Amino acid sequence: MHTAILFLELGAVLLGLGILGALAMRVGISPIPLYLLAGLAFGQGGILPLATSEEFISVGAELGVILLLLTLGLEYNADELVTSLKGNARAGVVDLVLNAAPGAIAALLLDWGPVAAVAMAGVTYATSSGITAKVLSDLGWIGNRETPVVLSLLVFEDLTMAVYLPILTALLAGVSFVGGAVTVGIALATVSVVLLVALRYGRFIEAFVSSPNSEVLLLKVVGLALLVAGVAQQLQVSAAVGAFLVGIALSGELAEDAHALLTPLRDLFAAVFFVFFGLQTDPTKIGPVAGLAALLAVVSMITKLLTGVYAARRAGIAKAGQARAGISLIPRGEFNIVIAGLAVAAGVHPDLGPLAAAYVLILAMFGPLAARLVQPFITAIAKRT
Amino acid sequence: MEVEQTALPGIGLRHEFTTRSGRRIGIVSHRTGRRDLVIYDPDDPDRACETVKLNDEEADALCELLGAPRIVQRLNALHREVEGLVSLQLPILPGTPYDGRPMGDARVRTRTGASIVAVVRGGQVFASPGPDFAFADGDVVVVVGSPESTAAVADILTNG
Repeated sequence: MHTAILFLELGAVLLGLGILGALAMRVGISPIPLYLLAGLAFGQGGILPLATSEEFISVGAELGVILLLLTLGLEYNADELVTSLKGNARAGVVDLVLNAAPGAIAALLLDWGPVAAVAMAGVTYATSSGITAKVLSDLGWIGNRETPVVLSLLVFEDLTMAVYLPILTALLAGVSFVGGAVTVGIALATVSVVLLVALRYGRFIEAFVSSPNSEVLLLKVVGLALLVAGVAQQLQVSAAVGAFLVGIALSGELAEDAHALLTPLRDLFAAVFFVFFGLQTDPTKIGPVAGLAALLAVVSMITKLLTGVYAARRAGIAKAGQARAGISLIPRGEFNIVIAGLAVAAGVHPDLGPLAAAYVLILAMFGPLAARLVQPFITAIAKRT
Repeated sequence: MEVEQTALPGIGLRHEFTTRSGRRIGIVSHRTGRRDLVIYDPDDPDRACETVKLNDEEADALCELLGAPRIVQRLNALHREVEGLVSLQLPILPGTPYDGRPMGDARVRTRTGASIVAVVRGGQVFASPGPDFAFADGDVVVVVGSPESTAAVADILTNG
């Protein structure tokens, strides 16, 4: 009886997500905000609370995060990361300072405490590489000359995340200041070691994982990622970061094959993850923080725009291209929710979840829309000058 | 002319250059094998105003269309520039000993010192074919070498 209801609920949720996804495709926006809305509707205080499948969905959500980060890591190879770091460190730091500040300042002004400030800094900092990549490709901006600047910033952000997430997890779990410092130290050391192994000895890992059979390859990649994620979790480094590092260690054809195999799995569980975050968020709590979220969104749009303009100008891109670079950095999505999810799970502040949800809802929807709407203006301005 | 190469992390590579008339063209090589032919907006030189997506086959076709006449042109120029160097276009006729056999069998360079630089088949140019390349009836083989060695190649291709 129990399983019957579980399947009924799960089937209804997934089918609903599929329909929402189709809707999003038609309108040309990212489905992420719709998944969040669906989660809000199914959660406590929502229209149709789910009871039986919550446990399954919570495990699925964690798998979703691991798969998201694993496939993200697969997209990069070590050389790209190193080159990108060398060439764009300055723009990357500007990006970090300008965009982490709004979240951190907001949390401090609200008196949520330093740990919440660190979490909110992450929520406003990270651009959604998934949505941005889609915007670039949908609008035919991939060939544009400012695109490498945007992509390098995304790489820089992802790398920053690899360092930031373990620090955040340590802080969230942290007890005393000394205990916290020790955990952060262990976390950073682990990341450095794994990153070093990935960069230096990636080929051994590749040799181990490599298989001409797609079934064997899939099992090996997912198995290794989960194993490393588990170890990372034990060491207080976020499980997601472990998976990300496994992804980076694999490169070339192997990474492409694995990416192709994992994409459908990731899509399924990532959607579950967004729903889960929505489930955990009480929709009635969103109302009071909506204004704040909107304000934060506007400030973040301006700071991302400034980041894009600064980075593109350094690369010798003209005004129109600078504006495009800024606009393509606006979307927020998966990472921001991952960060907020960690903070919510640790019970940092009851308003953090709703605020992050509203904030991501606005920017995940508005980012791609802004790019579409603003394009004719930019072209017109470029023609006039 | 300078071809600029830029890495697109997570996507692939982009090559671009500016033509003498001031237009900018680029090729985005996706890791998946897809190629985009990109033409930049003259008013906004950073923006791709036209992006043509090409799959493997289409990219090859475009490459051959652009490349084939150039190879013949270059050969003719080479011919004019270097004294004592001859380029001959030798047909593979039905019944010749190498019809359908790989080029390596003829051991042209070892035996004569001349080089087979291209094979023209049905309007397409196969530049610098390898030893595995099989000749077919109707091919035109482009040979470069001294007058004696190229004549020897003509002999090999007709008589074996």
